[in-house]
Amino acid sequence: MQHSSALRTTRWVYLPLVLVTIASLAPFIWMILTAVKDYGDVISLRFWPWPPLGDSRPNFGNFAEAIQLIGVDADTGMPLFVRHFLNTLAMSIVVVVATLSTSVLAAYAFAQLNFPAKRLLFLLVLATYMAPEELMLVPRAVMMNKAYLNLYDTFAAMVAPFLASAFGIFLIRQFFLQVPRDLFDAARIDGAGHMSYLFRILVPLAKPAIAALALLEFIWTWNEFRWVQLITSSENMRTVSVGLVGFLQGDGGAQTQLAMAIAVMVVAPIVVLFLFTQRYFTAGVITSGIKG
Amino acid sequence: MQRRSRTIPTARREAALAYTLLAPALLLFLAFTVAPLIFGVYISLHNWKLGPRQFIGLTNYVKALGLESELWPALRTTLSYTLLSVPLQIGLALVLAWLVFQRIRGKAFFRVALFLPWVTSTVATAAVWARLYSPDIGIFNAILKSIGQPTSQWLLEDRGIFTLAAGALGVALPEWAGGPSMALASVVVYTTWVFVGYSMTLFLAGLGNIPSELYEAARIDGATGPQMFRFITWPLLSPTTYFVVTVTVIGTLKAFNHIWVMTQGTAGTQTAAILVYRQFYEFQRAGYASALAVILSLVILLVTILQNRLAGERVNYS
Repeated sequence: MQHSSALRTTRWVYLPLVLVTIASLAPFIWMILTAVKDYGDVISLRFWPWPPLGDSRPNFGNFAEAIQLIGVDADTGMPLFVRHFLNTLAMSIVVVVATLSTSVLAAYAFAQLNFPAKRLLFLLVLATYMAPEELMLVPRAVMMNKAYLNLYDTFAAMVAPFLASAFGIFLIRQFFLQVPRDLFDAARIDGAGHMSYLFRILVPLAKPAIAALALLEFIWTWNEFRWVQLITSSENMRTVSVGLVGFLQGDGGAQTQLAMAIAVMVVAPIVVLFLFTQRYFTAGVITSGIKG
Repeated sequence: MQRRSRTIPTARREAALAYTLLAPALLLFLAFTVAPLIFGVYISLHNWKLGPRQFIGLTNYVKALGLESELWPALRTTLSYTLLSVPLQIGLALVLAWLVFQRIRGKAFFRVALFLPWVTSTVATAAVWARLYSPDIGIFNAILKSIGQPTSQWLLEDRGIFTLAAGALGVALPEWAGGPSMALASVVVYTTWVFVGYSMTLFLAGLGNIPSELYEAARIDGATGPQMFRFITWPLLSPTTYFVVTVTVIGTLKAFNHIWVMTQGTAGTQTAAILVYRQFYEFQRAGYASALAVILSLVILLVTILQNRLAGERVNYS
């Protein structure tokens, strides 16, 4: 009897889940379909203008047209969109590498070593975790001006605030703390110092946490918008998100199919990355959530 | 004696190593978090535009907190946004988590599909939604038209949702009872779409931490499904619920990217974060924007403390 009631619940469960899943994916599907429509089909609201329902053809030329409309980088002669894409990629990679390095090293100190003012410094990291970004936005931007760091409109300014992450330190430290102390004593007896213990034993063990942090930092940086918009002015220093907003607010904005073509190209790398690594993603989110 | 003389250098070496390892992160925090915090307060006490700067004491704060200030409507908009978003998002996430937690096929697929919006760029997805909401070519109006219902201006509609609902029934509401704008409500729907999978993921982890023996024992004692939820799931899930609520409240208080892309703060969607940004980005008023940011941060801090107090009484950590 119990068995049958479990079965009944199970079948009933699918209907709301399928509906919500459709709602979750529909905007993506609409985006992709619109990106290959002709302008006429977009404004006449034809959801599927291709055979068998219509006689239009998928217009893959929209991607090239959108890229062309964004313009060409005067310095290098490459399309600006490609430049934006490379900027975003470079920014994401630099932030990931820097955050991983600073987080792993700091996490080791907090998890494994004893030193004066440990509590105080840990509180400092906690405070930076709590400090709202809104409060730092204006002063950070002013700091980049000529009168101070003179980094306005440079790559350094784009990445500077994201090179160290309190969240990253917590995430990795939490993982290091779970490793039994005996392992360290055993490594010690084998003659390993702190650094070889960290990089030969702890880091390989912490691979899931490190991968989660790397992925989260990558997507957060890829999707960063406000800071880059504020701190850059040259067309060739923009990222894809800033470029997309510029496109929407500019002449191309009315051409929905072109805007969607760009949106597809902005979103695609992250979606692919996510689909291949989603196990680590959710693990990272959960760890951050539960330990938070 | 001999022992001590050996441990002191070891301790000192350990401390030196610790500081070396901490140095990169801490220096970056000092330069790009701590220094800006102090600098921000300093800027907020000045008339800080391009050109000569002038110390003006608390003038920016007086202006920000004055009766005519844009801050009050912005804070009210922020509050409406939070109060609309949080219950919707968390209620839906809890239900979905509970459904996905059942013994069902395609668990991984549902999780991935619902999590996808959170992963993708808010700028890009907000651009997509702005088109879905478009009065002319959007899908929502197309659906309304096809079932013979009146269409809406969605993100361009600055009339309150209560005004519109009452209007549909032929009742005219006074202005103060108009409620949050239709545009803001549309943004809330988008926000729910983005974050529901994230909250659900957290709830799923929380559900997984509840020992299944408890349910089995309850079942043997003849407990019904709702009873099990009420007496096992809900209390044991409370730390997770508290965390999700906190994260969601703080997140909605800071909401920026998608609102900027969808409305740029027009039609009753100018939240406090949008106001701060516009004052700086459009009008270069660094001093005034900093004063607004300090006030917004204090509000966020206050809400955090309040939530901690409330949770301290209600959350079951055992």
